[in-house]
Amino acid sequence: MGRELTEAIVDGILGGGVYALMAVGLTLIFGVLDIINIAQGILVVLGAYLSYVLSVHLHLDLFVGLLVTVPAMFLVGVAIQWAFIRPLRGRERTSMSLLATYAVAIIIEGVLYLIFGSNYVNLNASYVTSGPKVFGFYLDYIYIYGFALAVLLVAAIYFVLYRTQFGRTIRATMQDQTAARIVGINVNRVQMLTFGIGVAVTAVGGMVFGATGGGFNPNTGYDLISRLLAIIILGGMGSIVGAMLAAIFMITLEAVVDVLWSPSWSVVVFYAVLVLVLAIRPQGVLGRKEARAQ
Amino acid sequence: MSTDSPAGTSAMKPARRAAPGGRRGLLLRLGGLAVLLVIAVIFPLVITNALYTQFGVDTLIFVAAVAAWNLFSGFSGYISLGHAVFFGTGAYTVGLLTEHWKVMGGTIFALLPLGGLVAALVAVPFGLIALRVRRHTFVVITIAIFFIFQLMAFNFAFTGGNQGLSTPFFLWTAASYNNPFYYVGLILAVGTIVLAWLIRNSQFGLQLLAIRDDEDRARGLGVRAMRVKLTAFVISGFITGMVGGLWWFFIGQALPETAFDPTFDLSVALMAFLGGFGTLSGPVLGALILEPLQQWDAITFTNGYVAEILLGAIFLVVILFLPRGIIPTGKELLTRWQAIRARRREPVPAGAPPGTGTAVPAAPKTGSVR
Repeated sequence: MGRELTEAIVDGILGGGVYALMAVGLTLIFGVLDIINIAQGILVVLGAYLSYVLSVHLHLDLFVGLLVTVPAMFLVGVAIQWAFIRPLRGRERTSMSLLATYAVAIIIEGVLYLIFGSNYVNLNASYVTSGPKVFGFYLDYIYIYGFALAVLLVAAIYFVLYRTQFGRTIRATMQDQTAARIVGINVNRVQMLTFGIGVAVTAVGGMVFGATGGGFNPNTGYDLISRLLAIIILGGMGSIVGAMLAAIFMITLEAVVDVLWSPSWSVVVFYAVLVLVLAIRPQGVLGRKEARAQ
Repeated sequence: MSTDSPAGTSAMKPARRAAPGGRRGLLLRLGGLAVLLVIAVIFPLVITNALYTQFGVDTLIFVAAVAAWNLFSGFSGYISLGHAVFFGTGAYTVGLLTEHWKVMGGTIFALLPLGGLVAALVAVPFGLIALRVRRHTFVVITIAIFFIFQLMAFNFAFTGGNQGLSTPFFLWTAASYNNPFYYVGLILAVGTIVLAWLIRNSQFGLQLLAIRDDEDRARGLGVRAMRVKLTAFVISGFITGMVGGLWWFFIGQALPETAFDPTFDLSVALMAFLGGFGTLSGPVLGALILEPLQQWDAITFTNGYVAEILLGAIFLVVILFLPRGIIPTGKELLTRWQAIRARRREPVPAGAPPGTGTAVPAAPKTGSVR
């Protein structure tokens, strides 16, 4: 039991790092555009399928393939924002954006089903099935590499946000769109690029998830998005640190409940924790209280 | 600020009170409704093709569900994507009771209020937790609670797990098999619409609309926001539970993924938005258009994935081109047209600039606000 528990905790933390990356993308989009991208889950799956195609048909290494899939997903994000998010205006923009991104999600899902069918696939490479022995169990390299890459990227996003001029414009837009416009920030451009970045990270998330998550098919998107939503709400919407901590906490919790109780209840515990925390602290762990609507 | 309110307090109310033609307009309206009702009542008697009556039942189920959703979400502005919780709870409650009490024949419909009651009981703690937060966070919490319920339906033994619950055989003739469901659905739909109308014209309804426009200000003016929101949520949940029960009788089987179905929530929301979020007739119209369309889509494109892509495309077209819904957009066009007509009748003032084309669209904009 003790060994299994350690394994669950280690797996949870490493897997949580990857979720943290996807969640940071989602929460960044929320913070800057004030919308929830329901399509984030299926975009992760799309990223995974892109990696799959590159590795199976072009025999590219999974990590080298990212050089192609990340820019590709960035463009997908920019296109979605340009075509379906930017035109939304008015008081019900929030709800419309939920419906619009959901519609995008089911279209992508349908297309993926048409191309790849409903069979579960896995990303494979030598480092996916081998690894060192730690604490008495084998840890595949992909967990370590994936976690390292996720940490690196989250750090990079953090650096861009807090140490560069572009990051400053993003943070200004997050704080107050009107004021950002007044000081000369091109808010439209910032929103478009942020959406692109938020979606680009799904390429990395999708690749690591596809190699570690025990197989995926187009339907996996629902699973992912519901987890990601729970994570960013728990962390406090728009809070990047909150999203990271919540991701690692929740995924570890799920892995532990998996071992201690039963896999079929671990997801219930996952959501129950979310509901409990929100009953005590409605704005999430690190969230600010929502300002009064203008 | 109310220029872009789709049909809130400012746009809808005056239009209703000062309907053109006054009494005659009201009579016309009532007459129109009566005609619609008569058509709805005789529909399964005239068109006996089981496929079409089945479309009819499905549509009525959604009309009732959307009207119930709108009664809470449309009036209060809190977008719930968790109403499938009530739908599924109603379905499973009715299912378990039918099995346990061995109810047969027409009396099965007497169980529907019980399904609604259990759904309403679920709505109380659900609302107490979820209604503490607003906007996006509320939406996401409703989704999270929805998933908890779906997973419970999968995991508990008494819900039948993956197998779900199947209905017993109902002993009525196959030729008019759909009719009892149709009429119960019609009663539910009409009852919900009437209830929504009553609420819309009551103090309670005004409080809900005030919460939607500005919750903090409404609170400041003495609206007990939590109580009002929760009441609307529970009423809405009660009706949705009954609708879910009817759906179970009609479909014959409740599976965790069909009774607690995420696309149910989104379809309902989309129907409301298509017709006109927060209006009385809009959501009904949205359901009348979209549900048959979805059914047709599913039947025509036997490849489920193509049907799915098409459904998503329809969603996007609605959102991008009719963001405010048919009823508010139609009303605005009507007002604009009337303003243009009225302007034509008046002689153009001598000092008017030659390019009157710029002046015409500007005028109705201010006119339609108040």
